[in-house]
Amino acid sequence: MNVATEHIRVENVTMAYGDFVIQKDLDFVVKRGDVFVIMGGSGCGKSTLLKIMIGLKAPATGEVFYDGDAFWASGSEHQEQLKREFGILFQSGALFSSMTLAENIGLSMQLYTDMSPAEIRENAALKLALVGLKGFEDYYPNEISGGMKKRAGLARALALDPEILFFDEPSAGLDPISSRLLDQLILELRDALGKTVVVVTHELASIFTIADDCVFLDPDTRTMIAHGDPKMLRDASPDPKVRNFLLRGELTAHPAARGQSG
Amino acid sequence: MVEKEKKLPALCRCEPSGESIRVTVGGDWILGHSAPAIDECTAVLASHPDARLIFAEDNLGRWDTTLVALLAKLIERTDGTSREFDATALPEGVQGLLRLAFAVGERAGARKVTGRDGILTRLGKASLASVDRMTEGLSFLGSATLAFGRFLVGQARYQKSELLLLIQDTGANAFWIVSLISFLVGMILAFVGAVQLAQFGAGIYVANLVGLAMTREMGAMMTAIIMAGRTGAAFAAQLGTMRVNEEIDALSSMGIDPMEFLVVPRMLALMVMMPLLALYADLLGIMGGMVVGIGMLDLGVFEYIEQTRRSVSLTQINIGVIKAVVFGVLVAVAGCLRGMQCGNSSQAVGMAATSAVVTSIVLIIVTDGLFAVVLNVLGL
Repeated sequence: MNVATEHIRVENVTMAYGDFVIQKDLDFVVKRGDVFVIMGGSGCGKSTLLKIMIGLKAPATGEVFYDGDAFWASGSEHQEQLKREFGILFQSGALFSSMTLAENIGLSMQLYTDMSPAEIRENAALKLALVGLKGFEDYYPNEISGGMKKRAGLARALALDPEILFFDEPSAGLDPISSRLLDQLILELRDALGKTVVVVTHELASIFTIADDCVFLDPDTRTMIAHGDPKMLRDASPDPKVRNFLLRGELTAHPAARGQSG
Repeated sequence: MVEKEKKLPALCRCEPSGESIRVTVGGDWILGHSAPAIDECTAVLASHPDARLIFAEDNLGRWDTTLVALLAKLIERTDGTSREFDATALPEGVQGLLRLAFAVGERAGARKVTGRDGILTRLGKASLASVDRMTEGLSFLGSATLAFGRFLVGQARYQKSELLLLIQDTGANAFWIVSLISFLVGMILAFVGAVQLAQFGAGIYVANLVGLAMTREMGAMMTAIIMAGRTGAAFAAQLGTMRVNEEIDALSSMGIDPMEFLVVPRMLALMVMMPLLALYADLLGIMGGMVVGIGMLDLGVFEYIEQTRRSVSLTQINIGVIKAVVFGVLVAVAGCLRGMQCGNSSQAVGMAATSAVVTSIVLIIVTDGLFAVVLNVLGL
C-alpha cells in the first residue's frame, strides 16, 4: 500500500539511568509499513528503548524523528499530537480494570473525537471483532483470560486508528498457538491498515514470522551490533553473537555447528 | 501522513437490484468526522432481510475503521447472524478488515445479558450476598482466632523482623498525628466545659471533665479512629494488592498460613501499640485542656494537675487501656478481612481500603457504646 519510505528515525540515542549507560549510539530507520523488531537478551534495554520511542522516558542524548519531526525537541503540545498517532500494547495488556472492554477501547475516542456514544460503541465492537473478541464488549478485564486480555489490549491500541503500533513482548505469557495467532493477527492488521509496527520481543519464532527488519541490542558492548532482516542475520551475520542468539544458542551449545555455519 | 486539503463528505447509498442490494460508499471516512445518516439504508435492508450485499465504491477517498464499522453494521442482522456480502470492489485493506472481523464468530453465550432484575430478585440477591459476607467475616474471625492461639503457644509461623517493622509503622510513625489530634481534642473539650462551668464559678472542674473524658473515652477512641484511617486502610490495601498479585496464593502453596504470616503480626502490632498510643493521647489531651484552663480560666498549673489527679482514678485509665486493646484488634481485623476479601482488580483494592475504614469506624463506635452499657451495669 505504501512505498517504503522512512517513518521513524532513531538518531544517535543514548539511554541511561542516572550515570549508568544502558545502550549508546543507537541509529536506525523504521520504514513505513514495516514490522520492525527490537531484539536482544534479557536486560539489554529493549523495553527502555521502546519507552523512549513512545515518549515515556527521555533519552540521555539523541533524538527520535517521526516523519522527520523531532519528538523530544518539540513542545509538550506537539508531543501529545505525535503520541496520538501511536497505539501501544503493553506487556500484560494494562487494561483499566474498572472499565469494561468497550469502555477501555472507547476512552480515547471519547476524549479525542466528537463521536457519539453509539458510534464509539460500534467502533469498539468492531475493534474487538477484529481481534477475535466479538461479543465481549461488556466484560471487565478480570473476567477474561490472559490471552484475551492481550488481544483486548491490542484492540485498545487500535482505538484511534494509529499510524504506528508498538508492541511490548506481545507473545510473553501466551501458549504457542495463541502466540502464533497473535503474530498472524499483527501481520493481517498491518496489511489491512497499512500501519508501521514496532515490536519488542525475544521470541525467535515470532521474530522470523513477522519481522521485515530488526536491530539487535547487545548488553555487553552496550550498543546495537546488528541491523537487517533477521533471516539474513541468522544465516549470514558476521557476528557470531547475533547468529548464536538467532539460532537459540546452538553455536555455544554445539561448538561443531560453528564450523558448519561459520 | 498525506493530509488532503479538502475532505469529501462520506456517503453511503443502498439500492436493491434484483436478488441483492447494492451498497455504494464514497468520500472520506475519518474517525471523529460525522458518518452519514443511514436510516434509508437500514430501511432498505430491513425490507430485504435475505438479500446479499454487493459493495461498490464511488470516489472513495481516505478511509479508516469508521467505514469498516459501518459496513459491519450493515452486514450484521439484528439477531446477530450476518448476511452474505461481496466486497471485491472495495480497497484490499477494507476487504482484509472485513475478513478479520467476521473470521471469528461470536462465541455462544459470550454476550452478557444486560437488563435489570425485578425488585424482589434484587432484594433476594442482596440478602444472600450479605449472608455470604457475614459467613465470610465470621470464618475469617474464627481462623484469625485459631492462628492467634497458635501464636500464643508458639507455633505460628511469621517473621519477627516484619512484626517489628509493623510495630514501628503503626506506633512510632503515628506519633505526630496522634499528638496533634489528642492535644486539640483536649483543648476542644476544655473550651466546651469552660464556657458552661465558668457560669457557675466552677471553672476548676474543667480539669475533671477533660481528665475523665480523655482517659475513659476520647484517648482510646480518637487513637482508634486515627489508626482506622491510617493503618486499617494500609493493611487492606497491602493485603488486597498481595491478593491481586497472587502473593497470598504463593504463601498458601508454600504451606504458610496467610493468617499466621500476615494477619497475626498485624493484630499483634496494633494490640501492643494501641494502648501505648492511647495512654500518650490521654496525657496530651490533658495537656491541651490545661493550656485552655490556664489561658481562659486563670487556673494554676499545679492546681490543674492536682485536680486532675484527684478526679481520675486508675480504674478510668484502665478502662481506656482495655478499650484501646479491643479497638486495636477491631481495626486490624477489619483491615485484614477487607484486604483478604479483595477482588482482583485495582478498583477492588481501592474499595477494600474504603470498606476497611468504614467497617473499623462503625465497629469502634458500636463497641464503645457496648462498653458504656456494660460498664454502667457493672457500676464502674
